[in-house]
Amino acid sequence: MIEAKALTKIFEIKKGDDIPAVVDLNLSIAQGEVFGFLGPNGAGKTTTVRMLTSLIGPTSGQAWVNGFEVGKQDQKIRRTVGVLTEHPGLYERLSAFKNLMIYANLHDVENAEKQVEKYLHMLGLWSRRDDPAGSFSKGMRQKLAIARALLHEPQVLFLDEPTSGLDPEAARLVRSFIEELGDQGRTIFLCTHNLNEADRLCNRIGIFKSRLIAVDTPANLRQEIYGRKVVFHLRTLDPAWKNSIENIEGVRDVQLVDQKFVVGMEDPEGLNPKIIRLLVENGADLLFVGELRHSLEDIYLQTLEEEGEIKDEL
Amino acid sequence: MNFKSIRTIIDKEWAEVFKNRMVLFTMIFMPLIFTVLPLVMLYFTGQEMGDMGGVGTADVPAEFLSACSSDMTGAECMQVYLVNQFLLLFMMVPVIIPVTIAAYSIVGEKTTHSLEPLLATPISTFELLLGKSLAASLPAIFVGWVSFGLFVAALPLLGVTKSVINYIAGPTWLLAIIIAGPLMAIASVNLTIFVSSRVNDPRTAEQISTLFLLPIFGLLFAQLAGVVVINVMVMLSFIGGMILVDIGMVYLGTSIFQRENILTRWK
Repeated sequence: MIEAKALTKIFEIKKGDDIPAVVDLNLSIAQGEVFGFLGPNGAGKTTTVRMLTSLIGPTSGQAWVNGFEVGKQDQKIRRTVGVLTEHPGLYERLSAFKNLMIYANLHDVENAEKQVEKYLHMLGLWSRRDDPAGSFSKGMRQKLAIARALLHEPQVLFLDEPTSGLDPEAARLVRSFIEELGDQGRTIFLCTHNLNEADRLCNRIGIFKSRLIAVDTPANLRQEIYGRKVVFHLRTLDPAWKNSIENIEGVRDVQLVDQKFVVGMEDPEGLNPKIIRLLVENGADLLFVGELRHSLEDIYLQTLEEEGEIKDEL
Repeated sequence: MNFKSIRTIIDKEWAEVFKNRMVLFTMIFMPLIFTVLPLVMLYFTGQEMGDMGGVGTADVPAEFLSACSSDMTGAECMQVYLVNQFLLLFMMVPVIIPVTIAAYSIVGEKTTHSLEPLLATPISTFELLLGKSLAASLPAIFVGWVSFGLFVAALPLLGVTKSVINYIAGPTWLLAIIIAGPLMAIASVNLTIFVSSRVNDPRTAEQISTLFLLPIFGLLFAQLAGVVVINVMVMLSFIGGMILVDIGMVYLGTSIFQRENILTRWK
């Protein structure tokens, strides 16, 4: 659905003064996938979205969206994708209904009025359809902008910071709507700073800072960076047990933290019963056992930090 | 070319821009003043000349006599001389109104960030620019023609003689209103697009773009000073010049109004 090969965008500010915004981006996103695109401010996320939606041309490289090539079939791309830009960009003096009608007509949507009505109902804005968009709250504006991106039923959606600046309730509403869209089998390219949101919504995540630093499922990224770890909470702890656990085949490392053993391993499902048995046989009072789950924020920061270190070394 | 897209843009522009009081004020008040002013002047000069027992051709500036036809009396020739100054006011209408509309429609979209979602639709850049240009120019051309129509229709009611009416509804004025006006509207819209790419305030764009009024003022002062007498030849030369200016301005406007420019270079 979305494919990029060595996609690069370099902005020339002055002659000889170039800023590489996107460098050698290689990416393949399958139909129905919700792909999270994470990166700090100024990383080039919006530039990437603009290239993939045919708003700006790449300096080099190629990309295809919905089978259409960026730079060669731009109008076809724009006809088949939905874009939620960073700012809602609504016509504030015009009603919600009129705002959507304009876009329905530009996309040449059949039965435009019915389609507008459908999405206004779906996003809970029908009762405010005649009110100017300028009188809407931030959450309502964002919902209206999402409706605008969906009017022509695109199979590929680019959402740039969809919950940015929204209160928790509005953000939750928008998030559950994105979840619904994902369930409908639409391909979603989601740029976000909200790492919990990305963790919850995305099948795969790309960490990006001008270059794609890492790309995988959140679970694989966790494993890749930290490996799998299980925490054993004990009432009392004998440090000698550490050696016994380390001697079990498959255990990578054991750390002693307060009244807990943090055990690194690849196969907790196979090893946990062995470790529990060992501890109980040695008289340990086992309180809880659970897998240590690093947040996506940890992964993100760790990845960017490593990328910084690599660059420093170079 | 997709005419539905162009129509949608025009419809959107008008729906938005005409809700702006500043634009409405410019569209209604200015042409009204420009129409009433020459009528008032014609009425009072007619009265005055009658009271003075007639005005001779000797009272009309010598350079201007060529503009008067042989069957005109001195008083009529004087009225033609005076009313000719107002022709230039009518020519300002298609410059000022599109500048106001285009400044609010383009800079307005810039400040509310609504250009990017619009550019993400299948509309081509040319269709978008054409839609915006037509939305800004058409009301100006329409208002200019209506003001002129009202002006001409009111002339007999004020006792203006047939010779003077024939002059006003003659080739010089018709060329100015029907051809030069729309040409000036096109140029001013494209100048506004260029200026809009550099500023973030509609009023600034409007003020800079009204620089286009300078040639009209130049013509006005040249006529008052007797350097130029606006006649068919002068108007044809002016139209020729405007065609060249339009070509340059449309080229400038279209080269600046490109998706990538708007998103990455417009400040």
